Amino acid sequence: MTWGSALTSRRIGLLLALAGLAACALLSIMVGSRWLGVGAVLDALLHPAGDQTEAIVWGLRVPRTGFGLAVGAALGMAGALMQGLTRNPLADPGLLGVSAGASLAVVLATGFLGVTSLSGYIWFAFAGAAVAAVVVFLLAARGVGGATPTKLALAGAGVTAMIGSLTTSVLLADAATLDRYRFWSVGALSGQDPATLLQVLPFLAVGALLAAMISPGMNALSLGEDAARGLGQRIGLIRVAGVVAITLLAGAGVAVCGPIAFVGLVVPHLARAICGPDHRWVLAYSAVLAPALLLAADVLGRLVAHPDELHVGIVVAALGAPFFIAFVRRSRVAEL
Amino acid sequence: MTARPRTIVACFLLGASAFLLLCLEITIGDFPLTVPEVAAGLFGSGDPAALLVINEIRLPRALVGLLIGIAFGVGGLLFQALARNPLASPDVIGVTDGANTFAVATLLAGAGTGLGMSTMAVLGGFTVSAIVVGLSWKQGTTGIRIVLVGIGMAALCGSITDYLLLKSGAFQAQQAVVWLTGSLSGRTWGSVPALAVAVALLVPAALALGKWLAGLELGEDTARGLGVPVQGARLAIMAVGVGLVSFATAAAGPVAFVALLAPQIARRLVHPSVPPLMTSGLVGAVVVLAADLVARTLLSSGELPVGVVTGVVGAPVLLWLLARSFR
Repeated sequence: MTWGSALTSRRIGLLLALAGLAACALLSIMVGSRWLGVGAVLDALLHPAGDQTEAIVWGLRVPRTGFGLAVGAALGMAGALMQGLTRNPLADPGLLGVSAGASLAVVLATGFLGVTSLSGYIWFAFAGAAVAAVVVFLLAARGVGGATPTKLALAGAGVTAMIGSLTTSVLLADAATLDRYRFWSVGALSGQDPATLLQVLPFLAVGALLAAMISPGMNALSLGEDAARGLGQRIGLIRVAGVVAITLLAGAGVAVCGPIAFVGLVVPHLARAICGPDHRWVLAYSAVLAPALLLAADVLGRLVAHPDELHVGIVVAALGAPFFIAFVRRSRVAEL
Repeated sequence: MTARPRTIVACFLLGASAFLLLCLEITIGDFPLTVPEVAAGLFGSGDPAALLVINEIRLPRALVGLLIGIAFGVGGLLFQALARNPLASPDVIGVTDGANTFAVATLLAGAGTGLGMSTMAVLGGFTVSAIVVGLSWKQGTTGIRIVLVGIGMAALCGSITDYLLLKSGAFQAQQAVVWLTGSLSGRTWGSVPALAVAVALLVPAALALGKWLAGLELGEDTARGLGVPVQGARLAIMAVGVGLVSFATAAAGPVAFVALLAPQIARRLVHPSVPPLMTSGLVGAVVVLAADLVARTLLSSGELPVGVVTGVVGAPVLLWLLARSFR
């Protein structure tokens, strides 16, 4: 295949993925405790009539779908960035302690400082995510071989266990915080105030922009540090910008919808299988495929437990954990 | 293999410390008792009221603390030596998470915190471990594959537990979180027999496996050269470790980090050439009893679950271990 036709097929693939995403978004608006047909949805979207259908569509399902789109894209890109920067196929915000760090910070903020609004605790989520990410990377980068997949997974699991135990200690001390926390920690797209979506969008936009800017540099970095330096890349700058982008994307995602694991792990692998190892394309595909996966999981959660529903966090974990395990089985993981 | 003098002295001192802490643990409560009174009472002398308080009310809790400490200490060392990695504690690789998920499900099904819940916790620990071993099996398994598959299963079980907590009422959720932290509060004689039998059977089993464990710790090839049946030894060690950890978790909840800390402290105490199983078990007992003493005396208003203390103390140690193990 020539370079030109590869480019064309990637573009067509991305268009197909976008069409799939649109289909998932439409399904997410149609499916629920009350089903709506395609016609009814389009009608309510285009000509709001002030009836009950409009209340369901605009009041409940459109915001929920919007959260799925925004958070999914954020987690997908954060995962692609983490896997690219660390050159590590097991990287994921949920497995590497970033989500746990954001969780602990949010719990501390709500429990001790009385912060209850998203605009207040999102800053704590960012700080927690950043600290956890830096600690895990610094720990794993020690010693021979740098941050190998195995060392990163272990450091992430260790830091997650540690943060989890601190979080539990805080929750025990404060029943009111526990009550709020258990609804947030499971990872859900529903029941959020639509206004919070607008509040986090700027952070996600900056994170996405940073990610797009460093993705050419990540291509050079994937040839190895020396080669990248030889190609004139500023490695330190790329890494710092990458950590900032991961923090913004994962931190905002966790702050809004709770810790949702495995999306950031699975989607970049799917993306690479479709479009090859070019980080620019992996990032673009991840940004489209991740929200599609998240919305599909959310719809699935509504279907399997109808008329009740399963939260998207648990559906994603049920789909993602087998993927992770299959990956571990297939690859040759070295002893430490 | 004969024990070295240093190990014998350490075990003697640790045993004495554990007994002293056990007595101190029994002195706490509304009815005032001193350590000599408790020590005498444990051997059957003293006034009837004191004997009643000691034997009927306070001894069970202290015994559960002692036994889970031993179980977590020995079980934790088995896992760490098996995976040749100090982080491979049952907290990380899914055993504890499996027990948690099953126990919380039982609690929320309305079975209370009694025997049914303990049975289910043991069942959960074994089920999830069997799944982990099964999934990491590919013409045999390796320590690190067990750990990584375990991390995946732990994440899955954790999210199921989160979901169960969400579906429960506020009161039950609070009960479940106390259990999930690990607490010795309110333990009666009912909690003791199953745990005592498990420790009495599995600790000697672990000691019997010590030679294989020492071989495996030197690496798979060396172990095979020493005549260790590698895969069979791995399964046997895993089964004994899962048993110890599951029964301890069933009795008191997953007391954080004891299984991770005790073996590390034990290794630094005795600098062993073979995995120090006895020392690790006794260190575990001392850690749990000391942490429970702190948890009961720290606040004037009431007591904390013991898992909070081990968690807060254990977390920085874990971080330090992580930093060291990659050096």
